[in-house]
Amino acid sequence: MSDTYLNLVNNGFTKTLAKRLGLPRPAVLRRHRPGEPLLRGPVLVVHDAASDEAADAVAGQLLEWDVDVHRHADTSEQFSAVVVVLTEVTSPAALGAPLLEVGAMLRGLAPHGRVVTLSRPASGASTATLAAARQGVDGILRSLAKELRAGSTGNGIVLADGVGPTAPSVLGALRFLLSTRSAFVDGQLVQVTSEAGSVPQDWERPLDGTVAVVTGAARGIGAAIARTLARDGATLVVVDVPAAGDALAGVANEVHGSALQLDVTADDAAARILEHVRARHGRLDVVIHNAGILRDKLLVNMKPERWDSVLAVNVTAPLQITEALLDSDALGQAPRIICLASTSGIAGNRGQTNYAASKAGVIGMVQAWAPALTERGGTINAVAPGFIETDMTAKIPFATREVARRLNSLQQGGRPIDVAETIAFLASPQAGGINGETVRVCGQNMVGR
Amino acid sequence: MAAPRSTNGTQPAPTEGAPRRAVVVGGNRIPFARAGGPYTRSSNQDMLTAALDGLVARFGLAGERVGEVAAGAVLKHSRDFNLTREAVLGSALSPETPAYDVQQACATGMEAVLGLSNKIRLGQIESGIAGGVDSTSDAPIAVSEPLRRILLDLSRARSTQQKLAAVARLRPGHLTPSAPTTGEPRTGLSMGEHQALTTAAFSLTREAQDEIALASHHNLAAAYDSGFFDDLITPYRGLTRDANLRADTTLEKLAKLKPVFGKHLDTPATMTAGNSTPLSDGASTVLLASEAWAAERGLPVLATIVDAEPGAVDFVHGRDGLLMAGAHAVPRLLARNGLTLQDFDFYEIHEAFAGTVLANLAAWESQEYCRERLGLDDALGSIDRSKLNVNGSSLAAGHPFAATGGRIVATLATLLARKGSGRGLISVCAAGGQGVVMILEAA
Repeated sequence: MSDTYLNLVNNGFTKTLAKRLGLPRPAVLRRHRPGEPLLRGPVLVVHDAASDEAADAVAGQLLEWDVDVHRHADTSEQFSAVVVVLTEVTSPAALGAPLLEVGAMLRGLAPHGRVVTLSRPASGASTATLAAARQGVDGILRSLAKELRAGSTGNGIVLADGVGPTAPSVLGALRFLLSTRSAFVDGQLVQVTSEAGSVPQDWERPLDGTVAVVTGAARGIGAAIARTLARDGATLVVVDVPAAGDALAGVANEVHGSALQLDVTADDAAARILEHVRARHGRLDVVIHNAGILRDKLLVNMKPERWDSVLAVNVTAPLQITEALLDSDALGQAPRIICLASTSGIAGNRGQTNYAASKAGVIGMVQAWAPALTERGGTINAVAPGFIETDMTAKIPFATREVARRLNSLQQGGRPIDVAETIAFLASPQAGGINGETVRVCGQNMVGR
Repeated sequence: MAAPRSTNGTQPAPTEGAPRRAVVVGGNRIPFARAGGPYTRSSNQDMLTAALDGLVARFGLAGERVGEVAAGAVLKHSRDFNLTREAVLGSALSPETPAYDVQQACATGMEAVLGLSNKIRLGQIESGIAGGVDSTSDAPIAVSEPLRRILLDLSRARSTQQKLAAVARLRPGHLTPSAPTTGEPRTGLSMGEHQALTTAAFSLTREAQDEIALASHHNLAAAYDSGFFDDLITPYRGLTRDANLRADTTLEKLAKLKPVFGKHLDTPATMTAGNSTPLSDGASTVLLASEAWAAERGLPVLATIVDAEPGAVDFVHGRDGLLMAGAHAVPRLLARNGLTLQDFDFYEIHEAFAGTVLANLAAWESQEYCRERLGLDDALGSIDRSKLNVNGSSLAAGHPFAATGGRIVATLATLLARKGSGRGLISVCAAGGQGVVMILEAA
């Protein structure tokens, strides 16, 4: 689980040596601690000529969050973040001024800094010029994120036409991307498709009063998800196979939740989950389909049991359970369903035809079910982790693992908490306008989009 | 989940001032291991804590103050004087949860359930966890009795002369440690040899005993396969099923085993390692509560604890077999509740030995035994054997002495809840010629 190289280049003599030799030095990422301020230093808000009103609105909101907001780059200042408001940009030529302003201050961006763009989708553009400008932001953001160093990240929020710059999910995404909660989210553009959702009463506990089910919660990413949702206020029901019951009990007791031992592929899995939450809590607000397995083999050597079990756990079970939940009256007022996809499901991976089939299937599933969830006042999304340091990835042979974990802009593997933080955000009331999306938590992995 | 009480019982409806109901909410145990197996390095406290934590997780009780926890162990180190309280302190329960230790040999778990359910019925507590644990792998070993006396005298000695006098009494033979046995202090016979006497007295055949053992293994294996134990067991130290379970055993395999008890009797020896319980390690817990406490938390109510009766027999003078107390206690319990032996949907008779089960059944079927030994007018009669230990019992699961009661109560309560109606009878025999019998009803 430990990243020896990362530790060596950040500590003691080997740190000095690495600096002298000019070796790549991945930063030790800063993760969220409850109670810490949103940002440690001032934020610069810049905008293109047409987006001044939107920028004012964003700056006003940042001030409400007690953030020190600057509207002009001051090279003597060290900024903790830059917000680039480009929502009303009209032509590719208009992108130059704000981006060059950003460029001029980038040297003054503090370690673990944040660059967040606000823009609109090219798909909603009425003219080719407008589409070119909007799509240009995509290229800027993805390139800029690759230029940032020292644990800094660059991400964008893409507001559908008609969604204002202070819509709940724009604010929610902005806060998430500015915060240390998004430490391993890099080079991503999060689509906000509606003004649905609401800002939480308490940003530290947005899930207060909600009931959440997490499958595959006995260890690794699932256990981290359970802990993070509990930290954010949710009441947890943790699920895993009976054989993992002892670890599951430990997680349940740690988060003061309850444990349900079941195999998600069992015919009665959905019925038992429903029975449990109905009896104990009366309803269910958040479902995290995290249970997943790997049975890697080249397709040429693939055995039916390897193929079938991966599909059964990773995609058929979430399909069946979600369907049963949608058919039931157990879902709360603003349900949130979040599935685990994978970068393998986006870019493909040698030896993972079965796994990629299941994970790409999950991405298709959340897109297809998004309208059904909108009808119920809820959302369904997926999170696609890249290389995450878990017991599972610790079993990858050394050389392969070392290459896999460096192939991203942050030059390191993520941690289970990074996936959990993104899931907790998508589960929150402030993410109500994000639906049918797949958000990558990959440190801007070089593969796929 | 809290269905109204079934009205098919013959018990009088609770009247004002009468005790309220105590219900079984659920149970949790760790898989039982064979002595010297995966739990060799686990203490009683480790195992009881694990069983408690699994129960706490299943019912979402982390940080909660439960009314009281009662549990015990038969083989117990003297340092474990507060075993249950120590397990509670090591568990996820609130440290403000009180606990006490119980010990009634193999009926420890039953007595713990009985004591707590009575407190709940009286309104003294709203919830309780009854349990039991035993390790034959981590058994206490004491110094020999003469050495113990010498050491105590030495500690009291003041002068050098007194000290030397004490030490001078020391002989090499005193250094042999004294390990616990299953021998009865008053007869010197092991439990197996006692059962062999009973088995011979009732002329129980090897085949009949092997059939009981076979059914136990097959029933337990089927219950596992059906997922029956998904809500009753939490794995421990890599074990996910009872280690003693032999799903593929056959009558032929059982018939090949050599007799181990009753080899010096005039009758043929019929008791083998297959139809006797092995020495085992394990722990079990049962969550008991008032209906209101369970309803407040949305917790299931599996069964009601209707009544229980302890029994004891005079085995010392050979009037009865060591493990026949259940046969004596059951008619008294039936009479008090206005029931006959046939008024049950499930019978859980602890399989200390297959012969124990068969001897108890034979006693109830025998007019002579019922008249002469139980003081009844007539035989209690026979039971429908298809209702006996339907999901296996101790021969297959193993028998960590104090943990068996909790295993059986949780199993029967779940059986009744699945059926949705009906009544079950439990009989657990214990060393010292004792036993506890109990009636549960579907909630």
